[in-house]
Amino acid sequence: MTPLSQLLPGQFGKLVSLNPDRAVDQRLMALGLLPGMALKLVRRAPLGDPLAIEFGGQVVSLRLAEAESLIVDVAADCPVQRPKNNS
Amino acid sequence: MSAKEITVALVGNPNTGKSTLFNALTGLRQKVGNYPGVTVARKSGRCDCGDGLKVELVDLPGLYSLAAASPDEQVVTDVLLGSLEGSQQPDAIVVVLDATNLLRNLFLASQLAELNLPLALVLNQADIAHEQGLKIDTNLLSQRLGGVPVILTSAWKGEGIASVRRAIAEVLNKKTKMTRLTWPSQVESALNTIVQAIQTDTSIAPSNADAQRILFSSNAHTSDRLGWSQSQRISVIRQARDQVRAAGFNPLAAEPLIHYAHLRKVLEGVVSGGAGKQGNAAALDRVLLHRVMGPILFIGIMLGLFASVFWLAKFPMQWIQSGVDFLKAIIAPTLSSTPMLQSLVTDGIIAGVGAFLVFLPQILILFLFVGILEDSGYMARAAFIMDRLFSWCGLNGKSFVPLLSGYACAIPGLLSTRTIEDPKARLATAFAVPFMSCSARFPIYALMCAAFIGPLYGPGWESVVMVGMHCVGLIFAIPTAFVLTRFILKVKPQPFVLELPRYQMPKPRDVLWRMWQNAAEFISKAGTVIFAITIIIWALCYFPRDAQMAEKIKTAEPTLNTQELQARTQAAMIEQSWMGRFGKTIQPVFDPCGFDWKITVGVLASFPAREVIVSTLGVTYSIGKGAEADSQHLRLAMQDAKWTEGPRKSTPIFSLAAVLALMVFFALCSQCGPTIATLAQETGGWKWATISFFYMTILAWVMAVVVYQCVIRLT
Repeated sequence: MTPLSQLLPGQFGKLVSLNPDRAVDQRLMALGLLPGMALKLVRRAPLGDPLAIEFGGQVVSLRLAEAESLIVDVAADCPVQRPKNNS
Repeated sequence: MSAKEITVALVGNPNTGKSTLFNALTGLRQKVGNYPGVTVARKSGRCDCGDGLKVELVDLPGLYSLAAASPDEQVVTDVLLGSLEGSQQPDAIVVVLDATNLLRNLFLASQLAELNLPLALVLNQADIAHEQGLKIDTNLLSQRLGGVPVILTSAWKGEGIASVRRAIAEVLNKKTKMTRLTWPSQVESALNTIVQAIQTDTSIAPSNADAQRILFSSNAHTSDRLGWSQSQRISVIRQARDQVRAAGFNPLAAEPLIHYAHLRKVLEGVVSGGAGKQGNAAALDRVLLHRVMGPILFIGIMLGLFASVFWLAKFPMQWIQSGVDFLKAIIAPTLSSTPMLQSLVTDGIIAGVGAFLVFLPQILILFLFVGILEDSGYMARAAFIMDRLFSWCGLNGKSFVPLLSGYACAIPGLLSTRTIEDPKARLATAFAVPFMSCSARFPIYALMCAAFIGPLYGPGWESVVMVGMHCVGLIFAIPTAFVLTRFILKVKPQPFVLELPRYQMPKPRDVLWRMWQNAAEFISKAGTVIFAITIIIWALCYFPRDAQMAEKIKTAEPTLNTQELQARTQAAMIEQSWMGRFGKTIQPVFDPCGFDWKITVGVLASFPAREVIVSTLGVTYSIGKGAEADSQHLRLAMQDAKWTEGPRKSTPIFSLAAVLALMVFFALCSQCGPTIATLAQETGGWKWATISFFYMTILAWVMAVVVYQCVIRLT
């Protein structure tokens, strides 16, 4: 169980829970990011924030602070180390 | 819009090609206006649906959900519920969906079904879905959704447009409605609780859609609109939400959870294929969003944009200027018998029209670029790259383009704040844009540097001062935005959730058409204000008039040649005009900044357009009109100028302190009528334009005093 904000680029998993009281999470739910949904952290912006995440065939950007309430069950076969020669 | 006209609303997610479809359906027979009381553009056009059926098609802003978090989304929801003042509920809805991502796009459609209006589904970008290997069974989808028309189109290629026209005619005729989902029984009874309570409390019968907004959305907009008082609704809503909880749903998550579960079933067997086929976005993003390459390419693209707005626009701007001068030269002699009319026509009317026409090249070029950046999908990436730099002070990644454009000219910069969805960040960005050192500030910096900084301290310091002046505005704009967003603006901030859409070749017709619409709106709204301001300032500088002025000067100093006499007469005329008198009266206000009455008149006359300062100084220093920043005469006259009275008598007026104070004043002061008019246009009223004007002007005065008083004590 990891907050989305701590995922490394390339890591993927399933969304476990989010906080429906927050406007960000409401927006993400409207886009189809619901518990059980597979998602992937595609990359971080060059300055480290925001993040680009992929789910349901779309790529969406959200800020690090906004990604805290999203709890992800990281898939076991994910790369744990950040690949060296890849952004 | 006549009451009888049939209206059809075009609704859909952002990035579905909705505007392209709208342009194709209306063939550019469009009207652009504003919804009453909000700064959301209302675009509508006439759509011919065959058999003589013509409908008014309304293009609503793109949105993902009816939950209405932003003002744009609120407008869409209100229009569709028929509750927006001055607009009737549409007779039918055309939902535009991205065929490559049906599930997400159907969520909005499924919410729209709850409105119980005739509805058609347009699956756009079918060509891309086909390329990705997706097969969509439109008959099955239509069948599962109650027989609503489901049409595959590619608006970009112009395919399927005729079918959309037929579908509109069909749904209007047959009143086909999309099947609504079956709510879990506890949710259904929660909705009934709300409907009944409102009926009892307000004697208005709310629609089911109203009840859903009240039950599922965290904002109170719908309750307020129905006049359901706070005291009455609190316990009812709590009770209804408890019913939803009893069914095992968080009330704020129930709507998407139930809709998506329903839609997954609807789509079963409808979409097939497409596995493993990726769009172009991933590959291009690896380069364009690369940690090193991304920012480099971004800077390159933005420099290209800035250079175009700054340099490319110069040529058409010069043509407009010469056109205006040419027109003046032609018309002036025909009116020479009536000098007042001559001056009104040439210096008032023609100059007034020229004053806003001259902004057109920059607006058109910037919007050409912004249109290409937006339609290609790069704008979202630019915002992604830049967001970190702006988020801490309440702005966002999309603030960059407006602020950068502001360095060329605030007008296109302000107009491009429309690309920012979050109303709070949009307003704060619009407030910051006029601080950017626009090209109209350049002449006064150039004059002051060439006349004083350069000769006294050498070209090195000249460049330092030049660069410094271009930073002054930014240094004050950032804290201003911070304070504004953190402490003053009460608008709820929007989460920065931004779709990074697939890359696409922009369609020239869409880009050019939007470019023209922006320019036309500027001319019709801001143009009239700019024109009026120019005429008022002309009158203040012209009246009252002493017809014998030239005679008097000639008698007093018979040795003057014609040119000198003309210059002296102009100087005397402006000195005794309302503007000159006002300048002399108000000079004590500017005394702590080290400005004499001539500079004060220059400052005052520059409020409609700051670039006139150089030519005004030319007039007040008797050099004659048309003085340029590189005019040797003006520099000498200013270098020689000395205080004639008071404690500073016979010391130079343009001391280092006064020169720096004057430049800082021009860097910060709100001296641009068009900017104020555009700010009012873009913020939906005069409130923020007025605040901006006084804030910048007072700040400019304070900083000029600080600079003058500090420097004069140090030198």
